[in-house]
Amino acid sequence: MASLTEEIALAHPEATRIRRPPSKGLDGVFRGAAYASAIIVLLVLAGILASIAYGGWPAFREFGPGFITSTSWNIGTEQFGAWVAIVGTLASALIALLIGVPLSLGIAVYLTQLCPGWARKPVAMTIELLAAVPSIIYGMWGLFIFAPLFARFVQVPVSNLVEGLPIVGTLLYARVPSGVGILTAGIILAIMIVPFVASITRDMLDQIPTILRESAYGIGCTTWEVVRHVLVPQASVSIIGAIMLGLGRALGETMAVTFVIGNANRLSASIFDPGSTIASRIANEFNEADGMQLNALMALGCILFVVTFIVLIVARLLVRRVKVA
Amino acid sequence: MNAANTLTPAVTQGRPPSGGRVRSGRRVADRTLRIACTLATLLGAVVLGSILLMLIIEGLRGFSATLLTQPTPGPGSEGGGIANAVLGSLVLTFIGIVVATPIGVMAGTYLAEYGRGSKLADVIRFLNDVLLSAPSILIGLFVYTLMVRPMGSYSGWAGGVALAIIATPVIVRTTEDMLRLVPGSLREAGAALGAPPSRVIMSVTWRAASAGIVTGVILALARIAGETAPLLFTALNNNSWFSANLMGGIANLPVMIYQFALSPYPNWQGLAWAGALLITVAILALSMVARLVVKSERAR
Amino acid sequence: MSASPAVSAQLSGRSQANANAPVRIAVKNLDFYYGSFHGLKNVNLNFHDRQVTALIGPSGCGKSTLLRTFNRIYSLYPEQRADGEILLDGQNILDPKVDLNELRARVGMVFQKPTPFPMSIYDNVAFGLRLYERLPKADLDLRVEESLRKAALWDEVKDKLKQSGMGLSGGQQQRLCIARTVAQRPEVILFDEPTSALDPISTGRIEELIEQLRDEFTIAIVTHNMQQAARISQFTAFMYLGELVEFGPTTRIFMNPEKRQTQDYITGRFG
Repeated sequence: MASLTEEIALAHPEATRIRRPPSKGLDGVFRGAAYASAIIVLLVLAGILASIAYGGWPAFREFGPGFITSTSWNIGTEQFGAWVAIVGTLASALIALLIGVPLSLGIAVYLTQLCPGWARKPVAMTIELLAAVPSIIYGMWGLFIFAPLFARFVQVPVSNLVEGLPIVGTLLYARVPSGVGILTAGIILAIMIVPFVASITRDMLDQIPTILRESAYGIGCTTWEVVRHVLVPQASVSIIGAIMLGLGRALGETMAVTFVIGNANRLSASIFDPGSTIASRIANEFNEADGMQLNALMALGCILFVVTFIVLIVARLLVRRVKVA
Repeated sequence: MNAANTLTPAVTQGRPPSGGRVRSGRRVADRTLRIACTLATLLGAVVLGSILLMLIIEGLRGFSATLLTQPTPGPGSEGGGIANAVLGSLVLTFIGIVVATPIGVMAGTYLAEYGRGSKLADVIRFLNDVLLSAPSILIGLFVYTLMVRPMGSYSGWAGGVALAIIATPVIVRTTEDMLRLVPGSLREAGAALGAPPSRVIMSVTWRAASAGIVTGVILALARIAGETAPLLFTALNNNSWFSANLMGGIANLPVMIYQFALSPYPNWQGLAWAGALLITVAILALSMVARLVVKSERAR
Repeated sequence: MSASPAVSAQLSGRSQANANAPVRIAVKNLDFYYGSFHGLKNVNLNFHDRQVTALIGPSGCGKSTLLRTFNRIYSLYPEQRADGEILLDGQNILDPKVDLNELRARVGMVFQKPTPFPMSIYDNVAFGLRLYERLPKADLDLRVEESLRKAALWDEVKDKLKQSGMGLSGGQQQRLCIARTVAQRPEVILFDEPTSALDPISTGRIEELIEQLRDEFTIAIVTHNMQQAARISQFTAFMYLGELVEFGPTTRIFMNPEKRQTQDYITGRFG
């Protein structure tokens, strides 16, 4: 170990020291690359807005504010209006929320309050796997499995029941009970947003201190009362944020809706009838479109951009940091 | 509550005589909640089960010996496979993830390591979260304007870029989250040895967060593997044998499934189902792997 | 009145302070700020070559803050700043022109919680060496072994150098961190409560180690444990509310403190 002793002798501070500080250049390059990558994220978002606004501009100029309120979509006469697609988008998203939100909250409450410990992980995993299923698969499931059953067991009986009645006779009457339509699209969207809303809500409920829950149970509250008076008020802002996130998804969802909405270009008062959303209209027509039709589709995209981004911004402000959804 | 009633007569006396009914009302509300929540969860499980069942039954019916060896057949003809679409999807997903991973990891690193307390980083973090849930069809329109129109044709490159734009925010987000979980003491220890920040990040922080970052990349992979809408306007399906020319349109599974499922030909429909089964199994497997990576990391 | 019997018992049998040893670190008129909070107030203090100086005082007194100025690790956090002078071998390290990385290679630091990097034991020790010295493999092996021996860890890990440093016990991890610091052959080693997360046996080993390292390095140690300060240090500085109350040879501080506050602290009347 002679060499080791020599080494130790060398270690004295008085001994000469050969220090080669690491190069500064690499550090700067690395920092620059990280900064540039972050800026790319910014540029992509700006690029999306700019490109769609640029493409849609001729349509907005041609039709003015009437573009939003016009119900005509005539390729032959080149008359385009967004109203039918806007109504379809809002109606299907609203239906999705009406059905999806109670389901999501129910699942979140089940997972956090009712589920036996051993089943918690597999059940949560099942729900989260639903989020991983590609939207085109939901479209196929909706069109080939759900729609026929829906037509047979819901549309036909309900239409027969309400025929001739005021209001509901219009709202719930299917002229052609094929199973596809706005309501079907809303139901499929509801199923698609459930895993997102449920898992965010579950995380929020999990973050509520146990002590709060335990003290509520401790004074004799039932599960319902704990949920209603303790948990929901505590997490309400985040839950609303989660719902907004779900709404953002429902508004922009394309493939699943394209399969089941029926892609009709006219406005119908019945939610059993086919319709179209902004996204489904773009998906259907974009490849064959040119000229003003292309501009009109881009303008539709622009409207979708503005609406979803407002919704998403509100959502993100309400749910500050949720896991990747 | 019973104990409370017997112990504090004042409270009981103060109650309306219908106290018993109120209690049973509470019990009903409670039981309704329990049943409703359980049913909601069951419904979720039933939907997932029925989707998987549908895919397995219909998908296996569409399986054949030539599924993965032959390209998609012409309209109305028999036989064939989806080899070109599978290969095309692999190529597009590969391009997407190869482009998105360095940008995503570096941007996430900027947000977690350099951008603490900076306004710009807050803005980028927020917009990245927005981009994370942006409708994918809009990204298709963007890439169409950016690449397809100037280049004059649908192309594999455009499809890959569209997928990269979808994958990047996922990777940015998970990378940042995972780097934030790395204790500050580890960074201090690295700096205390005289390592410059870039060295501390590359050799210590990234390493400590590696499992989480890998999970983010896998999640992004799962996310883009089934994306259809943005590919409609970018890569499109050219229904021909796979070509390595990425300047032209390229066959891919999601668009093939979309077109074939809605076609009138039973053979095409069968192939669409087989493709759907394949892609769903792949994506669910990726999601499970991502979960396992995180779990094994937490166990350590 | 002096320190409690338990503390004074620790004072026997340790090497005495050598006030004639050259000054390695001279702190002059040092003020420190966390944002607007005044963390250190006009501190003046010398650290002598190859002596252990203990910084003691109640929580929040600024002892860790003071330690963290010697390698300017605080500058990782933009809101923290120091005013005054800290001379390391005559050079003011608070000068903005000082290369922080080089400074930190000269002034090593061991933290409260063990901080092994997520890499093999070997790579942990070689981390700093690879940064600053381009050594052939054989020399690197030698230096890693030497460092692990100095940290009294070699015998326990020599057969598993390729295994992860995270798999070691807490005490072993802390000695690995010491080896990692020693490997760079710093002039000064800073210990920030290095045993507060360890069991008594591991603590004893680390204390022995510090005693041995004193042969080669100038050592500053922050500790909340007065008996530890009495056991291992030659000099002691007592701090309170961001000010240096009293500094001197450990024996004197514990047996014969000049200030009332020091007296109260070491007799356990507060803190």
